[in-house]
Amino acid sequence: MSKITLALTGAHAVAEAMRQINPGVVALFPITPQTPIVEKYSEYYANGVVDTELVRSESEHSAMSIVMGAQAAGVRAMTATSSQGLAYMWEVVGATAGLRLPIVMPVTNRALGAPINIHCDHADSMYCRDLGWIHLFCETAQEAYENTLLAIRLAEKVSLPVMVLQDGFITSHSVERVDILDDVSAKKFIGEYKPNNPLINTDYPKTVGPIQLQDYYFETQYQGTIAIESVFEEYLKIGKELEKLTGTKYELFEEYKLEDAEVAIIVSSSTSGTTKEVIDRMRNEGKKVGLLNIKLYRPFPYEAIAKALNHFNLNNIAVLDRALSRGAMPPLYTDIKLSVSSLNKIPKIQSYVFGLGGRDIIQKDIEEVFESLLKGKVKENKTEYIGLRK
Amino acid sequence: MITPKDLALKIKEQESLVEGGRWCAGCSFPPIIRTVLAAAGKDVVTTSATGCLEVTSTIYPYSSWGVPFMHNAFANSAATTTGLESAYRYLQKDNVHSELKDKIKGKDIKFVAFGGDGGTYDIGLQSLSGALERGHDFLYVCYDNGAYMNTGNQRSSATPFGAAASTAPSGKAHLAGKEEKRKDLIKIALAHNIKYVAQASAYNLVDLYNKAEKAFSIKGPKLILVYSPCISNWQFEDGDGVEIGKLATETNFWPLYEVEDGKYKLNYKPATPKPVEEFLKRQARFKHLFKDENSKKIIEEIQQTVNQEWQKLQDLVEFTNR
Repeated sequence: MSKITLALTGAHAVAEAMRQINPGVVALFPITPQTPIVEKYSEYYANGVVDTELVRSESEHSAMSIVMGAQAAGVRAMTATSSQGLAYMWEVVGATAGLRLPIVMPVTNRALGAPINIHCDHADSMYCRDLGWIHLFCETAQEAYENTLLAIRLAEKVSLPVMVLQDGFITSHSVERVDILDDVSAKKFIGEYKPNNPLINTDYPKTVGPIQLQDYYFETQYQGTIAIESVFEEYLKIGKELEKLTGTKYELFEEYKLEDAEVAIIVSSSTSGTTKEVIDRMRNEGKKVGLLNIKLYRPFPYEAIAKALNHFNLNNIAVLDRALSRGAMPPLYTDIKLSVSSLNKIPKIQSYVFGLGGRDIIQKDIEEVFESLLKGKVKENKTEYIGLRK
Repeated sequence: MITPKDLALKIKEQESLVEGGRWCAGCSFPPIIRTVLAAAGKDVVTTSATGCLEVTSTIYPYSSWGVPFMHNAFANSAATTTGLESAYRYLQKDNVHSELKDKIKGKDIKFVAFGGDGGTYDIGLQSLSGALERGHDFLYVCYDNGAYMNTGNQRSSATPFGAAASTAPSGKAHLAGKEEKRKDLIKIALAHNIKYVAQASAYNLVDLYNKAEKAFSIKGPKLILVYSPCISNWQFEDGDGVEIGKLATETNFWPLYEVEDGKYKLNYKPATPKPVEEFLKRQARFKHLFKDENSKKIIEEIQQTVNQEWQKLQDLVEFTNR
């Protein structure tokens, strides 16, 4: 086994993973900031590097419908999207999970209109969080590459679709150092796709997508719920296998300097990287600060987070959401509140919303959050807004 | 040319859409589906837009389908078929090796997407247009009953001028019911420069079979638009569906024709076309047109449109075969 190191954007890192996956069908539709993924893949197609049937669809709704048809037929199928595109395909995003089609979709997180905005926040995938997909947040281009490979195995193991989420522009368009597995090792890890009941096998006709009424719909929904609960175990198992190739540990979440921390930030994606920088600096000043970086967002690891937090002695926590839930507390905050509800000593939790529409979050902002936590400034169930002009 | 008896035997032997589905007694689409699939042979993969066809044929845990069938959503029958057909093309590549490829080795699989007029003229039009433009090898069959019948006769862009629908009822201020003329789906399909587009009707299954057979012999996208009288919402006497369909054609309201490589061909020409009134008067959806002098003017307008469209069609036949 060997690796090569390339300078890649997050988008191109995902395209590299897709090249190694070499799906039977890729359906594409351009949307900023996802477009460089499918542009790169179109180059691979044009140069005969992949065997894929590349379908340039006329909308995201059709792109997802096309990969659903292809995956039901019995081949691997992928598309990628962002923001309005994800919203436009929302109907069939839900149907993909309902039909238990193991489709992997890279998503570059971007704000949702109106007002229209092309920059990063997590509104797009957050509004899909209850649809039955597995959500994997990625901090770096490296992680986006590796998670795309992992997601294929995970999706096919549990017969559920996976969104591999990276921050639009911040990760998708920034060049980073990325270690790419050699093709032989990557392809061996991915393996041959063995479909359940491929529709295209006309010797065994079957019906996909029947109508289910009061007598069966509920049970089918429940089966999907059971399936997504099996993800924790399978994700860790497949992660162990990939770790042998990449050296990366695949955890439900990352604990960064939490061991003796008094206060912590909980956040996901690229902002975790910024937070680690701040932690390292503040630690040099003797301040006991740490990070819990959310990676697997759906299914949400309530119990594992509770177990981890029980182990530490945190007084105050800040949960940083890059999305709103208007009229309610933000999504990640709500999930964390539920996670800690069973602890013996429940830390106080401050909700922050930051970075909507790509508003920068810088080290100074994070440092201020930590300083507030250290001073005990926590108002439960009240959201503070970072960098907002009120 | 196939005889009605041979077609019936073929349908019986194939069992593509078996008896016992929950469609209305006297519904027109089961014979349409069976006839098209009889021409496809047994290696065929089908999809349907949401609508009467899908909901009455797949009530879980039962399915009426004897061939592979997929329902996805309302707007995407053509896109879903695009995916199925693309997967098939992928599996035929020399570089590709898999168990599934071995299983379908040597088969010539056909792809058919079905949709009602709502799923085709309206919400599914973009998905259809995309699939036609990209040149996938599939047949799209629209069964046109002129409104959203699955949800109870709401107006679609296929609803004919003068028909009453639950969202375009006839009233004092809007006498006609549907006040606009139908969208011309055939012309829209032809605008994609595809090789074969045809208009057929459920009353003439031999003609439909011939068209489907021809369509399957041609590579690339094809479209057949089939008139599908709706017993529930057109409201005619039980068992009159075939008769009503026939009247639509004998009045030139619904001509049977095909366009192959840009050349128009009429498949039936009534010696003396019947007045359109004959077709209208037997359906409750047009009964408001038979009230008084004002409403009769609407019938005259319908007749004028039929005459004009028929003349245009004849001109196209002549022009494209010069």
